[in-house]
Amino acid sequence: MSPELKGYLLLAALKIIVVFTAYNLGVMLVIWAERRISGFIQDRLGPNRVGPEGLLQSVADGLKNILKEETIPGEADRVLFFLAPVLSFIPALILYAVIPFGAPLPIEFDGVLPWWTIVGPLLGHITIHGPVPMVIADIPIGLLFILAISSLGVYGIVLAGWSSGSKYSLLGGVRSSAQMISYEIALGMAVISVFLLAGNVTLSEVIAVQQESVWFVLALTLGFILFVIAAFAETNRLPFDLPEAEAELITGYHTEYSSMKFSMFFIAEYSNVITMSALMATLFFGGWDIPFTTWDEGEPSVAKWAATVVMFALKTGFFVFTYIWVRWTLPRFRFDQLMQLGWKVMLPVALGYIVLIATVVWLLDRAGVERGVGYGLILFAVNLALVAVFLWGLDRGRLLIGASRQRARVVS
Amino acid sequence: MVLGVFWVFAGVAIVSAFLCITRRSPVASALWLILTLFSLAGIFVLLDAQFIAALQVLVYAGAIMVLFLFVIMLLNLGRQGPSDLRGWPGRLVAAALGLLLAAELWAVRTWAPEEHLRLPEGAIARMSEAEGPVHVISDALFREYLIPFELTSVLLLAAIVGAVVLAKRRL
Repeated sequence: MSPELKGYLLLAALKIIVVFTAYNLGVMLVIWAERRISGFIQDRLGPNRVGPEGLLQSVADGLKNILKEETIPGEADRVLFFLAPVLSFIPALILYAVIPFGAPLPIEFDGVLPWWTIVGPLLGHITIHGPVPMVIADIPIGLLFILAISSLGVYGIVLAGWSSGSKYSLLGGVRSSAQMISYEIALGMAVISVFLLAGNVTLSEVIAVQQESVWFVLALTLGFILFVIAAFAETNRLPFDLPEAEAELITGYHTEYSSMKFSMFFIAEYSNVITMSALMATLFFGGWDIPFTTWDEGEPSVAKWAATVVMFALKTGFFVFTYIWVRWTLPRFRFDQLMQLGWKVMLPVALGYIVLIATVVWLLDRAGVERGVGYGLILFAVNLALVAVFLWGLDRGRLLIGASRQRARVVS
Repeated sequence: MVLGVFWVFAGVAIVSAFLCITRRSPVASALWLILTLFSLAGIFVLLDAQFIAALQVLVYAGAIMVLFLFVIMLLNLGRQGPSDLRGWPGRLVAAALGLLLAAELWAVRTWAPEEHLRLPEGAIARMSEAEGPVHVISDALFREYLIPFELTSVLLLAAIVGAVVLAKRRL
């Protein structure tokens, strides 16, 4: 092996280890944050006993779950019952591999690593020629990879529901498949508007385009709104948590699961929340871009790297907080309302939006408007008008109606 | 190294395809089918066709999910049913068709297509290097073959409308 290849492989292994450790720690922190923020919103304390401010609560829960007895229902299909938590856990984890989380880090190294790194002497001579992109795999189909892998997440849930051999679990599994297939379409359609503007599906390119002009939340406001709604449905979070629906299904597809297997579903859910938040930040809020300055786009340096990583963490954290915030703001949808929203509102609006944005982009390019800030602001004006129409048209008692009015309509 | 990875994917694809057609339980069959298609996606990546690989997973994973729902809802929760292969005529026809397919594969392997029908060596890799894997497909699909593409979508639309009409007698 050449020194360059060895350096590349070492860096790849390091990135994988560091990112997934940080990611799993992030999941732990998000679980803690959800419980504390829920506590705050409901005017109670939340877990605050284990460690400072209860930070180690998730560790304690994890240990408890490993030590607990595992139960397997008599009616269960044993192989699939075992496989289902794994199938929902792995897609959630590998999704993160394609999301860039910082500016490139300049590393120049040529020689043998010192002895205290343990692997250094084994590797021998290695060469690393920076700048190193801060993403595990910058694959040319970035976003399609995310759509493809996240479509596999539903298998874990459906198989869990089916293999448990219990009615509540089965209902939860079937509900979730209907929900996730429906909203996957809206999610993909919302993302197409990003493709139209970025002209590429690579996430690092999407960020680069946003750095040159404006963040896509301005240029594609309605697309962002559609993406957020679909993302909430895809992650099975309130107001769309019908696969779990404690009140009707006793937590649905994972009713029969106990101990660490139950934890796996939990971890998968929060991993998905983090990934979707990171995607919102990347696609619509410039990724690791620092706003109102072009300092972070110049020659790579360690300071820029650190600042952009913190910036990305802040943006992602904000959307994670939004997830929790929404949970205690909106009540759960009824299933028919969910389907109506998905097929009769989200899909037509997303389709129409693609056509409109494509037309506007075509017109602007024909008129010879330079790609840049002005271009983005024109699109922003168009989007403001569209958002006004969308929000005025949606939920005025016509599309989503309460039970009593629905009954009145059925009777009449 | 690429060859080694190819053999892994190819082996998994063949074994899981075999299991897909021999399992009695429809749920197990569907799951093995997913594994087959996943390995095929891996082989597409090795051929520098990442876009096709992503579509393979995206489209087929969704499609098999629907199949899955049919199994759960219509086939008595997917518990084992009787075999579809009844009597010797069925087995004989199956064996004959299998032999025919093997012969076709052998023919493709032995008689390479003529020179003017083949792409030059490494052409696809160079193209996706220059324009990105998505542009290679989309240029051909939406410029050169736009009308066949649109006709196919009309065909699919007709199929969907037909299915809805058949399923819902009273619209």
